Amino acid sequence: MWNSQAEAISRDALAELQLHQLQRLLRRLTRVPFYKNALAEAGIRARDITSLDDLTHLPFTRKTDLRDHYPFGLLATPLEDTVRVHGSSGTTGRLTVVAYTKRDLRTWSEVMARTLAAGGVTRRDVVHVAYGYGLFTGGLGVHYGVERIGATVVPASGGNTLRQIALIRDFGATVLCSTPSFALYLAEASAEVGVDLYALALKTGFFGAEPWTEAMRSEIERKLGIRAYDIYGLSEVIGPGVSYECDQHAGLHINEDVFLPEVINPATGEPLPDGVKGELVFTTLTKQALPLLRYRTGDITALNHETCKCGRTTVRMNKVSGRTDDMLIIRGVNVFPSQIEEALLHVPGVSPNYMIIVDRAKNILDTLEVWVEVDAEAFSDKLGRLADLQRAAERHLYEIIGINAYIKLVEPNTIARSEGKAKRVVDRRDVYQIKG
Amino acid sequence: MKVTQVSAFLENRPGRLLFLLNVLADAGVNIVAHNIVDASDFGIVHLIVKDAEQALKVLREAGLTCSSSEVLLITIPDRPGVLVREVLTPLAEAGINIEYSYAYAAPQTHDARIVLKVNDLPRACDILAQFECPEAKPSQG
Repeated sequence: MWNSQAEAISRDALAELQLHQLQRLLRRLTRVPFYKNALAEAGIRARDITSLDDLTHLPFTRKTDLRDHYPFGLLATPLEDTVRVHGSSGTTGRLTVVAYTKRDLRTWSEVMARTLAAGGVTRRDVVHVAYGYGLFTGGLGVHYGVERIGATVVPASGGNTLRQIALIRDFGATVLCSTPSFALYLAEASAEVGVDLYALALKTGFFGAEPWTEAMRSEIERKLGIRAYDIYGLSEVIGPGVSYECDQHAGLHINEDVFLPEVINPATGEPLPDGVKGELVFTTLTKQALPLLRYRTGDITALNHETCKCGRTTVRMNKVSGRTDDMLIIRGVNVFPSQIEEALLHVPGVSPNYMIIVDRAKNILDTLEVWVEVDAEAFSDKLGRLADLQRAAERHLYEIIGINAYIKLVEPNTIARSEGKAKRVVDRRDVYQIKG
Repeated sequence: MKVTQVSAFLENRPGRLLFLLNVLADAGVNIVAHNIVDASDFGIVHLIVKDAEQALKVLREAGLTCSSSEVLLITIPDRPGVLVREVLTPLAEAGINIEYSYAYAAPQTHDARIVLKVNDLPRACDILAQFECPEAKPSQG
């Protein structure tokens, strides 16, 4: 255990710590006009919070609040104290921006170190990080955790699979960090180029950034000859490191000393007891630059407060089993149908009628297909012009959502044939089919 | 020789061409020539018909995306070298570009019909005036 004082803290001591941190947080939040107003509207002052149960009186924060205060309107510290920014997709063209102070980065490294240590990573390991580096929190988040442990980090980032296989082999990587689908893709590509993954030093993998099933876990463990751990996080809360599996593989331990979780009924906002599925909500107890009060993640899960066999006392969350909104996670990237719709509006020649088909080819890599109707006005007798239209739409979509989509031109009225509300998304993957 | 060509967008899956041709058959539209170009997922069907207006109307009513364009329809003797010497060479020399073309032979008349989509229709018409096609007359604009 990386930090038994935090990970195996007594529940009473934890509650005391959380309450203290929550009261301090509320005082910090009054520096943010948005929260100052929200708390005033709710009629709550920091001193009114005398127990953790009072949390339910506090207002929620939503992803749209982050968008509405783009880019730095929710910062609780001056910009000069911010040492890093990251971003993720918003529901429209606007990025969801997150920011970190030096201390926030230390917190992040700490929770990632706990995550990796729970899977047995020590300073003797060589950790190959194939999460994307950049605005996405995956790469750098894991990276700093590896450095905190003192293991060797290989910042491979995404893409160029063949080079990644060579790096893993040549550098003797013992640990792989990537999206679960990339791990399967890596296995497939290794087989094609004749690299036997079982003969390599790889022994452990940490996979997240997208939902995955127990079936995928078995497949990854079998094909790569490793033990696979699920990790969970979201940039708004910090990035990877929010929760992690121990070797029991019986739910993900939440770093409760810094992230206060709740599961609520998404319709009423009422808190739900252990074992009942609802929307996961986080209050960031210690974050400085971008503290969030009762942030609604949109992820559906249930909590479990039973003490784990591993000795950790922190609450566990189940694997995420769905979303409260229409957000899709494709190759680890958050995509909202509204972003696709907005992108298509800017492509002359396609009608606003569209359909999104998400699939996972051979159970490995996600594919995104967008069906659009050719606008009758724009239709010409020239095939080349339609091909140009297809490419233009693909390019534009890439610029907005950051992943490659395949645009399929279809005849009019093939989309939304059904009456009533048009079904715009068909997700053929079974990423939320969780065993047990 | 200048005729109206009807083009329709079709998804590349079984039954779509049949659907389109059925619409025309039901409306009594006679097809003089047709051609399909495909781009894996979809294709464009080009049609020379007796009554282009009527064809466009019924195809649109059937929910298909279509458009019309002017093309050149000529009849040339069905003999080796005629197309090269008497059609393509003069067009090339005049700097006229052929965007696409399709042809069909009519063995009983020893003629070949050729549809040409060009970038300068009036001049191409002048250059190829001698190859007037009899079938083209009814739908001439």
